[in-house]
Amino acid sequence: MTTTPPTAYRDAAGPYFGDYGGRWMPESLVAALDEVAETFAKAKADPAFTEEYSRLCRDYTGRPSLLSEVPRFAAEAANTPSGARIFLKREDLNHTGSHKINNVLGQALIAGRLGKTRLIAETGAGQHGVATATAAALFGMDCVVYMGAEDTRRQALNVARMRLLGAEVVPVEHGAQTLKDAINEALRDWVASVDTTHYVLGTVAGPHPFPEMVRWFHQVIGEEAREQILSATGKLPDAVAACVGGGSNAMGIFHGFLDDPEVALYGFEAGGDGLETGRHASAITLGRSGVLHGARSYLMQDEDGQTIDSHSISAGLDYPSVGPEHAYLNDAGRVTYSPVTDAECMSAFESLCRTEGIIPAIESAHALAGAARLAADWGEGGADRVIIVNLSGRGDKDVATAATWFDLLPADDNSQAPETGVEQ
Amino acid sequence: MTIARRLRRESNSERTRDPTQPQDAAGSERTVSRTAAAIDAAKAQGRAASVGYLPAGYPDKETSIAAAIALVDNGADVLELGIPYSDPVMDGPVIQQATAEVLARGFRISEVFDIVQAVTDATGAAVLVMTYYNLIDRMGADTFARRLAEAGGAGAITPDLIPDEAEEWIAATDAHGLDRVFLSAPTSSPERAARIASSSRGFVYGVSLMGVTGARSDVSDAAERVVSAAKAAGAQRVCVGLGVSTRAHVEEIGAYADGVIVGTALVAALRDGGPDAVGRLASELFANS
Repeated sequence: MTTTPPTAYRDAAGPYFGDYGGRWMPESLVAALDEVAETFAKAKADPAFTEEYSRLCRDYTGRPSLLSEVPRFAAEAANTPSGARIFLKREDLNHTGSHKINNVLGQALIAGRLGKTRLIAETGAGQHGVATATAAALFGMDCVVYMGAEDTRRQALNVARMRLLGAEVVPVEHGAQTLKDAINEALRDWVASVDTTHYVLGTVAGPHPFPEMVRWFHQVIGEEAREQILSATGKLPDAVAACVGGGSNAMGIFHGFLDDPEVALYGFEAGGDGLETGRHASAITLGRSGVLHGARSYLMQDEDGQTIDSHSISAGLDYPSVGPEHAYLNDAGRVTYSPVTDAECMSAFESLCRTEGIIPAIESAHALAGAARLAADWGEGGADRVIIVNLSGRGDKDVATAATWFDLLPADDNSQAPETGVEQ
Repeated sequence: MTIARRLRRESNSERTRDPTQPQDAAGSERTVSRTAAAIDAAKAQGRAASVGYLPAGYPDKETSIAAAIALVDNGADVLELGIPYSDPVMDGPVIQQATAEVLARGFRISEVFDIVQAVTDATGAAVLVMTYYNLIDRMGADTFARRLAEAGGAGAITPDLIPDEAEEWIAATDAHGLDRVFLSAPTSSPERAARIASSSRGFVYGVSLMGVTGARSDVSDAAERVVSAAKAAGAQRVCVGLGVSTRAHVEEIGAYADGVIVGTALVAALRDGGPDAVGRLASELFANS
């Protein structure tokens, strides 16, 4: 039903994206959300703000991030030496190691304009938490990061990083003790602290204006990638691929190409152990419309509407819903979403390490695996076709997980090797 | 206590038929709000209405029904039965833990309608469910409202639904003659307070403080301002909740609000001492002085 003309995709704004988005939130937070929305609207039209944001991106984050061609990965992963060319948008090279810093610096500036002195955030893998702790240190703000207790164990080094940066890390013991429960706890904090506190939501989900605002701070990814690929190849890419949990890195890079109908856009969700096992995080592929954390979107839920716990080897994609603009782009047919299993993802992870000397975040390895699948499908017909993969983060944080997966640890440390029975 | 319940039920239904009963804030001509009638009955006795919250199905279905009945027997005019939900962002640790236990034993939504039916049949009190919206959304707003009405429920309180998003829910509750209670906060603008008042039927839930559910030592001074702002915006009945846990709170709030809502303290009593403890605490909190 949503047959919006292509020229409108770039301009889609909240509160609603087609049937999705909105504000399914306690009344207590509505005034704060209005305040954020107004301040953001003024800020993005204010040259002083955009200049300050651009300066931080350049001088602190290290933007623009590189666009690197990875021919050995393309040849090995796609198994077609004369096939498609693959380029990586190197968000892993940003300060703090992922795209998350783009959004956090922008929201910290907004928090300053709001007169807020305390930042709170949720985090899954720890990348958004580290970025928020970093911005709080930079701007001299207090910082509390909520993290599922299960994730604090999986990502103990990132907990230490946040504490080094001066943040308080609160392990969340409720529910599945992962990202969704960390968001619940951050919202509970915010309801009680909204006078002094800005909630730095880490993805393009949540109530209006977060989906629109977080996308805006990540649009720089797509804008740079578009210029860089034109400069490198003289044409637009044939496809752009990104991993999708909440979906912020994907919205950021997609935005630069939304109104170029010749560029196919692919979002890869976490397939976990495989959709048939029920242990996955593929909200668009298998979810249905529902409301969680302030937005209507695709949601993994049972027959009663209770949220189903998601599963992924990647803590950053381990979320049972997805940003509402992705739900809209899916229904509109503009972006194709499909799942990548843990096993496929880890195969691409290993391949990039060995062919290119780049250790990707496990989140980003889902996009690598998806791109490899695409290139393999094209086969010889893909010669001279170009794919850009958003390499949203670096994999230092994932070394322990990968070491277990690939059995790289000494025998007596090997008791936690995961089941690999679904591997074909 | 059976006689007390019967008397309450008879007097409630008598009032429901009273043609002089004032119309509710929502201005519905077709439906006389059962919740409003219960609040007005308390007012006629010179007191604020007593509203008690318990999680539906906690700790099990039968005990949950017994606890709700004990609550009415000991002074509650209106009951709120919370539907356990996987992501209760407005609830503090006590209610979270209780509802998580209920979900862990395999609770299904249909159980709520059985409990509403049993409690309504036994007490005649106005029984509202309190539910996060996705549970309504998944069933379909109209189906949910129909089943709640069929079970004898008076309506629903929806803590994460604002009137801006409530078109379907308003239509469904209108169609099935149910009360719908929206929340008004210390931070609500006069414009929002007006929309909340005109969208609500039964009462407006005045959020006493910025925070989640849970017992507090003091009642926030924001509570009285929330009530006067909601009244100024057109609300006829405002009940106050969040943090209310002692007789002193009840008396303090009862002096300016139309009803006083107690939740966490009752849930803790049920957890620690079963329905008898709920009855004892309700009697202490709500007994007419």
